[in-house]
Amino acid sequence: MPEQTIHILHLFPDLLNLYGDKGNLAALCKRLTWRGIEATVTTVTQDSKELSLDDVDIVFLGGGSDREQMTVAERLMPYKQALKDYVEQGGVLLGFCGGFELLGTSWWAGDIQTDGLGILDIHAERGEQRFIGDVVLSSDWTEQPICGFENHPGRMQIGDYQPLGKVIAGHGNDGVSALEGVLYKNVFATYLHGPLLPKNPELCDSILTRALTKKYPDFAELSPLDDTLELAANRFIVQNFSGNEK
Amino acid sequence: MRTLLAIWAAKLASVAGILVGRKSSSTPGSIALKLCPALISTLSKKLRKGVIVTCGTNGKTTTNNLLNTALEQSGYKTVCNNLGANMLSGVATAFAQACNLWGKLDADWAVLEIDEAYARKVFAHLTPNYMVITNLFRDQLDRYGEIDTTLELLREAISMHPDLTLILNGDDPLSSRFGEGRKAFYYGISEQVLPQTEETKEGRYCAKCGKEQSYHFVHYSQLGDYYCPHCGNQRPNIDFAATNINLSGAMEFVVNETTPVRVNYRGFYNIYNILAVYSALKVMGIEGQDFNQILSDYKPQIGRMEEFYLGKPFILNLAKNPAGFNQAIQTVMLDKRKKDVIVAINATANDGKDVSWLWDVDFDLLKDENLNRLYTSGVRRDDLSLRFKYADIPVDNICQSTEEALKLCLDSDAEVCYVLVNYSVLFSTQSKMLEMQKSLAAGGETHA
Repeated sequence: MPEQTIHILHLFPDLLNLYGDKGNLAALCKRLTWRGIEATVTTVTQDSKELSLDDVDIVFLGGGSDREQMTVAERLMPYKQALKDYVEQGGVLLGFCGGFELLGTSWWAGDIQTDGLGILDIHAERGEQRFIGDVVLSSDWTEQPICGFENHPGRMQIGDYQPLGKVIAGHGNDGVSALEGVLYKNVFATYLHGPLLPKNPELCDSILTRALTKKYPDFAELSPLDDTLELAANRFIVQNFSGNEK
Repeated sequence: MRTLLAIWAAKLASVAGILVGRKSSSTPGSIALKLCPALISTLSKKLRKGVIVTCGTNGKTTTNNLLNTALEQSGYKTVCNNLGANMLSGVATAFAQACNLWGKLDADWAVLEIDEAYARKVFAHLTPNYMVITNLFRDQLDRYGEIDTTLELLREAISMHPDLTLILNGDDPLSSRFGEGRKAFYYGISEQVLPQTEETKEGRYCAKCGKEQSYHFVHYSQLGDYYCPHCGNQRPNIDFAATNINLSGAMEFVVNETTPVRVNYRGFYNIYNILAVYSALKVMGIEGQDFNQILSDYKPQIGRMEEFYLGKPFILNLAKNPAGFNQAIQTVMLDKRKKDVIVAINATANDGKDVSWLWDVDFDLLKDENLNRLYTSGVRRDDLSLRFKYADIPVDNICQSTEEALKLCLDSDAEVCYVLVNYSVLFSTQSKMLEMQKSLAAGGETHA
């Protein structure tokens, strides 16, 4: 019987399921269970009557097509304040691609400007071309560069917030600032998929550590895993797309 | 004169390509189009009958080439881009090569497979009479953005020709919508065949109102007998319905309760390809031929469940996206023999550079008592192996090359080996397998 449990709330997997989001969820769950920590996943779907953040340790918001993202924005609007409180109290929230845009004040669904949840004071502007391709980031809190794949027409403006990383290869938030994603308290949001977490075990573990520390203040640290395969997949991207031999 | 020059240039470029050992089916066409931009429109007007095009994510090459074979066997002369070059240049190549040296085109039908995103461009050069849409899945997302973009591009193309008759997969809510308010015929599989599984169901939201739709039964992905409880949108009336499906031995089914089909193809999806061709021939009014004979004479392209004998059967299959891969896996699992599986994935521009779709494939289903050994290969073997790791399926060997994986399979005690590859791995793997088969047949050591 595992002593520790992390509850993950997966928001609208029926609508937001593009680009291998399943892989991010698999990474979170497996990297807990491999360490003897229980992981449970609850889903909120179109059929759900309500959304409760009670006992939730990680909120997971993926990406979808514009149409589906609009439906999710509509469905989440009544829970805007609850989500904001959750974030301010240090709850872990992950936003990938569309999920990243939904956290801000506004984003574009094609040529329709749409309200976001406004959990963070960031917003996406509309770009002419989609940014598509492999991305490599450096970050001062991971040893290995972070890598993923981007595919987005939005240009995210994060203002003074801290980014997830600095762009070594690819476009990032807006193609201008050389920044990618956003970090705020325990919110991790990014345009990157790939999926992101399987290939970036340090990032995944850092998310898990924050969730565990929040729930169990005595939590010391995650036990090490054999990440040979994870790092091989990461290095392939880093070496091929950034010329960085790390 | 200009047309003639362009035709000669294209023919010359093809010959030059053959001489230097490069088989390109789009370069000659792009040269010809530069010399004579009106090449396709000029030549297509000389067709005695007309133009039929096939679009769709999966199955368009098989459908198009099978249709071409059927027309040829019915005595028609055709122009066909049967090498799979399906953009404007590939169409130009097909037309130029079908002309004789005097630039004269002697053909009844043009039978063309067209990339969904290029239909608009091709349709500006010719007037299609019939169009088949096989299905629309999430494919090559990094090229088109989203499935919605593909749908919009196709919609634009279709609206350019009000007299165009559509032949649509009625089980696909996305393809079916194109038939609204215009001349369209639908084909479909009208009974539940496969166990109902949870797999990627992109577009299972009503194509009309965006709310979740329901199914009487699902075949795979979003294909099935669908209906929307919210707005009433539903699977159209099916003009060409397959029933009495039997996949246990040779593939068997009956169309419209009158025409039995029996063919030695593998893979559930081939029912759709065959149905599409049957429907197209009926709609075009081409009768009289022995449909089963046409099917058995048809030689599938490489890597469509293509079988080799290397001391035991090796089966090579191309799959390019989650829907294609899930279909291939389903076919593999129907085979109860003890088996090895090789999966090889590249990520060139032709494959799609984004490999995140690997996580949308139900690889978990491969975990089965009959799975002997699992090998990964291809440029993105690390991503692929990682995918298997998180599905709790151990990869026995991560191979530097597909050849290395094939050699390991020769020595294993499996009864059959399945080789599942994506586009840019296909051709080299197929040549290697042919070479190994030949050397084995000659009594040579294949892995000396």
